[in-house]
Amino acid sequence: MSLSREETARLAELARLSLNDEELARIAHDLTEIIDYMEKLAGIDRAHVRPMSHVLDTVNAYRDDCAEPSLSQEEALANAPDRQGQFFRVPRIIDAGEAGEA
Amino acid sequence: MTDRNDYEVVVGIEVHVELATESKVFCGCKTAFGAAPNTQVCPVCLGMPGALPVLNRRALEYTIRAGLALNCSIAGWTKFDRKNYFYPDLAKGYQVSQYDIPIAHDGYIDIEVDGQPKRIRVRRVHLEEETAKLVHAGDDIISANQSLLDFNRSGIGLIEIVSDADMRSADEARAYLTKLRSILVAIGVSDCKMEEGSMRCEANVSVMPRDSKEFGTLVELKNIASFRAVHRAIQYESTRQIDLVRSGGRVSRETRHWDDVRGETAFMRSKEQAADYRYFPEPDLMPLEIAPEWVEEIRGGLPELPDARAARYVSEFGLPASDAALIAESRELASFFEGVCDALAKAGAGAGVGAGAVDRAEGAREAAKWLVGDVSAALKASGIELSQSKLAPGQLAELIGLVASGKISGRIAKSVFEEVFASGKRPGDVVRERGLVQISDAGELAAIVQRVIEANPGPVADYFAGKEKALTFLVGQIMKETRGRANPQETNRILREELAKRA
Amino acid sequence: MSGNADATLCDMTLHELHDMLLSGQVSSREITSDVLARIDEVEASVGAYVTRDRETALKGADAADEVIARARRDRDTGAIGALVGIPVVLKDNVCTRGMRTTCCSKMLEDFIPTYDAAVTARLREAGAVIVGKGNMDEFAMGSTTQTSVFHVTRNPWDLERVPGGSSGGCAAAVAAGEAVASIGTDTGGSIRQPASFCGVVGLKPTYGRVSRYGVVAFASSLDTVGPITRDVRDCAIMLKAIAGRDGRDSTSAPDAVPDYSSCVERGVQGLRIGIPEQFFGPGMTDGVRTAVERALRALEDAGADIVEVSLPLAEHALAVYYLVATAEASSNMARLDGIRYGYRPEGRGGMDVADLMSASRGQGFGMEVKRRIMLGTFVLSSGNFDAFYGRALRSRRLLAEDVRRALTECDCLVSPTAPTVAFRFDEEPDDPLAMYLQDIYTTLANLAGVPAISVPCGLADGMPVGLQIMGRMFDEATLIRAGRAVELTSGMDAARPKVGGCAK
Repeated sequence: MSLSREETARLAELARLSLNDEELARIAHDLTEIIDYMEKLAGIDRAHVRPMSHVLDTVNAYRDDCAEPSLSQEEALANAPDRQGQFFRVPRIIDAGEAGEA
Repeated sequence: MTDRNDYEVVVGIEVHVELATESKVFCGCKTAFGAAPNTQVCPVCLGMPGALPVLNRRALEYTIRAGLALNCSIAGWTKFDRKNYFYPDLAKGYQVSQYDIPIAHDGYIDIEVDGQPKRIRVRRVHLEEETAKLVHAGDDIISANQSLLDFNRSGIGLIEIVSDADMRSADEARAYLTKLRSILVAIGVSDCKMEEGSMRCEANVSVMPRDSKEFGTLVELKNIASFRAVHRAIQYESTRQIDLVRSGGRVSRETRHWDDVRGETAFMRSKEQAADYRYFPEPDLMPLEIAPEWVEEIRGGLPELPDARAARYVSEFGLPASDAALIAESRELASFFEGVCDALAKAGAGAGVGAGAVDRAEGAREAAKWLVGDVSAALKASGIELSQSKLAPGQLAELIGLVASGKISGRIAKSVFEEVFASGKRPGDVVRERGLVQISDAGELAAIVQRVIEANPGPVADYFAGKEKALTFLVGQIMKETRGRANPQETNRILREELAKRA
Repeated sequence: MSGNADATLCDMTLHELHDMLLSGQVSSREITSDVLARIDEVEASVGAYVTRDRETALKGADAADEVIARARRDRDTGAIGALVGIPVVLKDNVCTRGMRTTCCSKMLEDFIPTYDAAVTARLREAGAVIVGKGNMDEFAMGSTTQTSVFHVTRNPWDLERVPGGSSGGCAAAVAAGEAVASIGTDTGGSIRQPASFCGVVGLKPTYGRVSRYGVVAFASSLDTVGPITRDVRDCAIMLKAIAGRDGRDSTSAPDAVPDYSSCVERGVQGLRIGIPEQFFGPGMTDGVRTAVERALRALEDAGADIVEVSLPLAEHALAVYYLVATAEASSNMARLDGIRYGYRPEGRGGMDVADLMSASRGQGFGMEVKRRIMLGTFVLSSGNFDAFYGRALRSRRLLAEDVRRALTECDCLVSPTAPTVAFRFDEEPDDPLAMYLQDIYTTLANLAGVPAISVPCGLADGMPVGLQIMGRMFDEATLIRAGRAVELTSGMDAARPKVGGCAK
């Protein structure tokens, strides 16, 4: 099983990465290797084993509902690549997004 | 050729509600509405490098509370997941949410439409985080050539409530939303103000031939900003889909945008390809074990919910079910109503307003009538909330007492109410100042009745000729003379007596 | 400065310098100036640093001197913490307020955090002097420090060889006397392997032992933050200063922090040292094997028992690591979109925001980072999820249980940290057996969450060899004891590289 150029390009879109043709070709090839890794694990994989997404057994790590000091507006915007007054600024948005707001 | 009525609409509703916690769900920034842009932000809710989330326990508690109020089962073990997608309002490029193990699941809300009760199932209630606020230059997102971002809202706790596709009309959808909102406000987890964005909803609409077992293709409707809009949007969309199907077309799986100004839905994007959110368990947050003892503690702390309160009003006071439901649904109205009942009870206990005690249940029913009728109408006309009006429970109680004791007639009471509502004056004072005390004395009334009879020979003759309407006219004349103060029952009785004397 | 004119301050250990500060023999300003002078001498060759702030460092040194002077006056020198006045370097993925933090990427080239990482704050509180930020592989993705967007770091022991990675800058700095101690990060070996290549001590703590707040995330469930130091005692001191629960990191462990310094000289009498058979097969160079076997004999002589154990699932470590690390990284990198901070390309007029994000990321990230993001996105994408990521998480549990089970048969597991010494820039080893061993040696500890230390145990062809010691969860104390025992007979704690001939 290997990945086509189209499939790789679709992944790049999903990852918001603009890649040139050479990069796409290299990555398509590397993806094939990953599939091999996955297949190698088939030998040890057992459906009843609980997936390990955390190495520690801690549960219920919370904090109390208290307001803490925030950054100042200047600190918040300090590294903004583009700002307008008190806001971050972005160019034209074509997709109306999750909320579908106008 | 089929008829529109051969089809029915199937609706599911998804609601997002902002939690009224002090601080955000994963950081300590304040959640207050209306602050200057980008002043309630920190590395966590701004998605800065190296920032990590920490769960606000109260947000979890509120989610459990909501789940219990919606009759759900609460998960014993749960976790957060990352929902990955890119959008400028999403600080981390993923939203911390819940995928396969929501905190609450399999609940219901009971609604009533046209007297018909129905149970709408709630599939799940889960906790997630809000996105930032986008402000567009220009009229809308499509025409704007740039947009501005305010991250104050980013990271506020959000509960998502998903219903099953149990609704079969726009009315049912609106009833569901109304009831849902009143429950959420009653339990204090959110102020649910659609106009401020603390409550948002989306409708999933499909149509199918009536009595079919197979649902049609689902269309997702977004940009619904009020309950009225929900109703209109569902009606429009169901008609659109039905007409499309009837003419041989096929409904596409898509997302449509509701335009409230034009009153129509417009294509937004296709859902033929489901978005790939690459959900995986959030490694930066530890799983949650929700102790049954804690759940019971939260359940015990729930306030009386609208349905239970309405049922109590019916059984305790004999209120008609519709009045009970209306009053119970609003915390404000319910509290006011109970205030009136208390005042009436006190008046009965001691010397005070009105002559004699008003029967408890009778007083409650009167109070309900006033609230549902004149009070609601006056509030609507002046566009204010009950809490903003000058009306106090004691005043309404006083008014009820005045009518019950015969001091004023029901009609006069309405006029007195108008002034009380506008000025905040006590009803007793208004009656006194305007000399509105009812005339009930038989002698006094008899004199007036006789005068009117003598002044109106024509109508009297009509009455004897069998025209009952003439009686109404004569009563009207008596009312005119007494400026409405004549006791209607007594007037009627004495008029008939006097007329009979002249027969 | 009084005392031994031959001993250069910048080559001394933290604990030696601390004693000299307390006794008034030397000032922090002198130590810091010496470190700065060493940097001026060798930085052009070594390239350990990305950002340096001379003025702030000297100010910090002066402040430390005031604190020490006051304490000496009040005869209360016991109150002076071990880190007061000590010059340190932090890896450039550890946020430092007001100081550029770039992760050696174009994406964050101009990023100046307005907040400190938790470890940075603890070091500041402890009175350490932050000299600057260490070079690294871009976003910690790599093992030679060659993917840094700025420059390459060279191994102080041989400038034609790599320092290892991704914490190569920090390891090289400590080895070359350009800092007394440092903080690096380890996701799959990035503290231990460069420590091994540069002949210094590097500790990957138990997952959750040290707060990750403010450390730019690579793979959230694998990332750890730990010290790179001259010797084991220094490592114990640094670990104590940074370990402990942090309310801003939900994965931070509440477990109590022992007094690691008191463990240093405990010795290894009766300690059971496990030798996993899978770690000692072919692929290791002779020089490495010799040095490691010598160290094992020394441990036996000191009273330890060598026990043979097996890690039958070790061969799958790389596959599991790759799947988990790239998946998590692909998600963690998503916040770097050029909207609130970060790189934005020139000439972007007319682009909509989606294209702008793609361009920022396409141009801001290097090839290795882009490759891993793509792999991770692929692993997580629908249709692949259960076959890839689900499988990886289940396999991870099996591997972790295998390691923890082996650690019930012994008190620690020992192996070389790397199968070779540092290789030449133009000669990345392509021996698949060597590459395979390299991967499994270090990634197992991250997958299982257990702590592991790399301690220099000798030289091979003039280059340092590192011994790795892996222990049970939260049992860094055993690593420190055993590490010290190795150090005692290796003579490596006093060894310093000749950097272009200028050091001793």
